[in-house]
Amino acid sequence: MHEMSIALAVIEQVEQAAAEHGAQAVEEVLLQVGELAGVVPQALDFCYELACADTVLAGSTLTVEPVAARARCVDCGREWAVGMPPDLACPGCGGARTELLAGRELQILQVRWAADPVLARADQEG
Amino acid sequence: MCRTVDLQQAVLARNDDSAQELRTALAARGTIAVNLLSSPGSGKTELLERELGLARERGVPVAALTADLATENDALRLGRSGVPVKQVLTDGLCHLEAVMLRGHLDGWLPQATRLLFVENVGNLVCPASYDLGESLRVALASVTEGEDKPLKYPTAFGLAHLVLVTKTDLAAAVGFDEAAFLANVRRVNPGVEVVLTSARTGQGVGTLLDRALAVLAGEPVHRPVMGRPAGHAHGAPLADHS
Ligand SMILES: [Zn+2]
Repeated sequence: MHEMSIALAVIEQVEQAAAEHGAQAVEEVLLQVGELAGVVPQALDFCYELACADTVLAGSTLTVEPVAARARCVDCGREWAVGMPPDLACPGCGGARTELLAGRELQILQVRWAADPVLARADQEG
Repeated sequence: MCRTVDLQQAVLARNDDSAQELRTALAARGTIAVNLLSSPGSGKTELLERELGLARERGVPVAALTADLATENDALRLGRSGVPVKQVLTDGLCHLEAVMLRGHLDGWLPQATRLLFVENVGNLVCPASYDLGESLRVALASVTEGEDKPLKYPTAFGLAHLVLVTKTDLAAAVGFDEAAFLANVRRVNPGVEVVLTSARTGQGVGTLLDRALAVLAGEPVHRPVMGRPAGHAHGAPLADHS
């Protein structure tokens, strides 16, 4: 189950961003996950919660923004929802020269820090 | 301070960067890596053993690295071909990552090696997401696994440069529907080459070696539709989005 590796990679990147921004705690991480990213959101959620313990992300929420997979045919210009399991050959002309427009995303869009950063900073300095 | 920050950071960026570095480092010494993905029991090791033996006969300097969750049986089998073989135990990790592979190659990969075959952990889900710095990615399925394998594991088959069907000597016995399998592969990976093989009868044996040598010689590889689309934010620096 590589969702643990994915969760750890997310945590590592958010920890780094937290250090750069002087943030003490994370409230929410917004993750974009494409339909064809090969990630099971429920498994990721489970691993995320486990792996967040004892980090600045402890108690934070992982919000997944799903991205539907779409493709386009180079020959006839048709665009379609790829679906799952995916259908990447053109449903119009049957052509194989197609391209994926969306669906492989796996990226951290946004991080929301927990409230009271001023207090947290005062604690650190005091 | 701002309560939110837009990161726009690809989760696997670090692995992808390491993979690209490894691909460049291998190319600089005249080596390409071939990443082999399959389920456990697909006959991948048996086929690879034949291909390595053939490479040795033809005087092609090859090496093989085989990754397993816990046992060392595959390395013993591949070692019979007489080429350098290294076993890597992942201690339960379901896939190899580029940094891990690089660590295992350091100090081991013979300088003369032209083709490095990497037998990934037997699993069609997890390894599919990790670029190892390979120049040729091969997905394998045996006739005994059923025709819908490509639909069940679309990422593994969708990102492959070459698909090999193994154990065709058993096709009749298990009622393998070749046309249905091919249709399913083309659905997730239009245009990819599919080759039927049997380590037992010798059908298609040598194809893997030939295709790898072609890539080494600079021939273009198939570009899977599912490969990351152009203009994608993947791996792009933060500055591009702020
Ligand atoms: Zn079309």
